[in-house]
Amino acid sequence: MKFKDKLKRLPGSWYFLFTIIIIYFLFSIFNQKIYLDSLDFFGQIIYKVIPIFVLVFVLMSLSNYFITPKFVMRHLSEKGFRKWFYVIVGGILSTGPIYMWYPLLAELRRRGLNYGLVACFLYNRAIKIPLLPLAILYFSWQYILVLCFVMIFMSVVQGVFLNKLMEVNK
Amino acid sequence: MKSKNDKLIKQSVLKAAKGLWMAFPMILGTVLLISFISAMVPKSFYTSVFSKNIFFDSLVGSLVGSISAGNPITSYIFGGEMLSHGVGLIAVTAFLVAWVTVGIIQLPAESAILGKKFALLRNFTAFVLAIVVAIVTVLILGVMV
Repeated sequence: MKFKDKLKRLPGSWYFLFTIIIIYFLFSIFNQKIYLDSLDFFGQIIYKVIPIFVLVFVLMSLSNYFITPKFVMRHLSEKGFRKWFYVIVGGILSTGPIYMWYPLLAELRRRGLNYGLVACFLYNRAIKIPLLPLAILYFSWQYILVLCFVMIFMSVVQGVFLNKLMEVNK
Repeated sequence: MKSKNDKLIKQSVLKAAKGLWMAFPMILGTVLLISFISAMVPKSFYTSVFSKNIFFDSLVGSLVGSISAGNPITSYIFGGEMLSHGVGLIAVTAFLVAWVTVGIIQLPAESAILGKKFALLRNFTAFVLAIVVAIVTVLILGVMV
């Protein structure tokens, strides 16, 4: 009974992993060639990404230490154009799951932060500094640099556009 | 004061470890799945699905990225492997950007807290912008190279 309860409490991602392991197990019996080829490919990927995960872990710890919701909220209260700058930086530096930030953003909305700035903040959350080493490993630093700049620019475009759309929809 | 700082450091490290641990089954499962698909599906299949038309490829990439969910780490590994299988950079870029900017799964929570109109408009514009970002990024890189 206790084991059943524990199983029920497992997040869906574990079921996904178990399903894949079962598929591997079945192929190890019925089609050894595909099983061995898959394992070989798996080993190559893991060998490539393990050292990067150590760096990701260190960067995640550092951002958790320095960047708190309180820190971000303090800087989002700036006025004028500087607000856009702080919203972009705040979005990039914010950590944790996205839904954790919704109540805070709703509170900032009540204090006068417009919809465009909220959208800009959420868009910039897509740029994750601690994960950049892994992204660079796969896509080169030139690509990641250009992508980040284009995304930051588009976050402002989205913000301005959303402000207009929300006004039309009022 | 020092013990408070030590506690904060410990909390930060634990939070990072917890974050990676939560993502662990999805990352490991995705890497296993990618390896399995790589062994099963020939590379020619990927190149036949993506037509090398920048609009069509970026649209497909953005669509797939929008309905996918999970840690961005997974999207980098998945996107990187797609690239090595012959899928174009525009499609992969649209996929990566849509994965992290469009939140179909979080849509109910976003609607409830920030408003339905805002959530729908934000996600729709993020979907369209994923295509624009992909095209602009690849064009800039093409000019740079």
